[in-house]
Amino acid sequence: MLADGNPAELFEAKGEELWKSKRGPKAATLEQCNLGKGPGVVKGAFVELPRWFADTAKVQDLESRLLTCMENFQGFDAKAIANTPFGKGEQANMSALVAWISAESKGMRFNLPQAHAQEQKNYELGKRAFYYRGGSHDFSCASCHGESDKRIRMQDLPNLTGNPGDGVGFAAWPAYRLSNGQLWGMQQRLNDCFRQQRFPYPGFASDVTIALGVFMGVNAKGAESVAPALKR
Amino acid sequence: MADPMRIRAQSAGDKATIRVLMSHEMETGQRKDGAGKIIPAWHIQEVVAALNGKTVMTAQWGPSVAKNPFLQFNVRGAKAGDKVTISWTDNKGDKRTDEATVS
Repeated sequence: MLADGNPAELFEAKGEELWKSKRGPKAATLEQCNLGKGPGVVKGAFVELPRWFADTAKVQDLESRLLTCMENFQGFDAKAIANTPFGKGEQANMSALVAWISAESKGMRFNLPQAHAQEQKNYELGKRAFYYRGGSHDFSCASCHGESDKRIRMQDLPNLTGNPGDGVGFAAWPAYRLSNGQLWGMQQRLNDCFRQQRFPYPGFASDVTIALGVFMGVNAKGAESVAPALKR
Repeated sequence: MADPMRIRAQSAGDKATIRVLMSHEMETGQRKDGAGKIIPAWHIQEVVAALNGKTVMTAQWGPSVAKNPFLQFNVRGAKAGDKVTISWTDNKGDKRTDEATVS
């Protein structure tokens, strides 16, 4: 019942409007943006990201792909957006877009492509990043997310080395966080993990965050997406 | 002007369940910003629900209600096709009214 009142819906409505409205220096919409299933196709795109894109010759997740589209179609400066703090300026619009696009794939099952060599390479890279210990507390992602039935305070931690199941872990982000009333995308979620590891922040849409996304996304194969979810 | 609300109204038997999501900052007036100054209170003060133009509920809200509040209530005697109107007023005098049809 809690999910009935998920305020992420407010962000979804804003995101849909942003997708269809003419914005940026070129005054264009994002409706021709190719999220991997052809120009303008939104439904089902989210459960197949991150994936390889031929035009940029990169593996991209939803947020980095949106940066590319906002630059190509609308004339925004992708670097400037990537350097904007979360929740400010265009980043606030980014989280709304992410909410809407992920909601369009709600209930579908994750099926990340692994056919391209770069996608396989990203998976291996993400795996290494996931198990890499460092920082002042000698943490890796696996320190918290490497075993089942671990908790921090009252929060169950999903075991991301395998498939945590439907609507948990990778399949539950982006999400609305009740504690601070913000909508977080995967990039911001990973940023918070790096913070708790006492690592320097990764850049927005940087290679390591996308590689981690590929690792978790491939592991989550077959899990049902509930994004945008509701989190404490 | 504030962002629109999301209203769902569903009838079941002799009553209808109304669910409303409102978009509002709901500042309590007790938090401080980065410079140590108090962020002024800014929250919804009054919520009015009407069925076909007739008021069926009023609520007085304060700073303890969460950001982007969710409100759910039942209205007896509401049938499919009836109009539900929700409006709120905040302490800055800002208003917002949205409408939905019971299904």
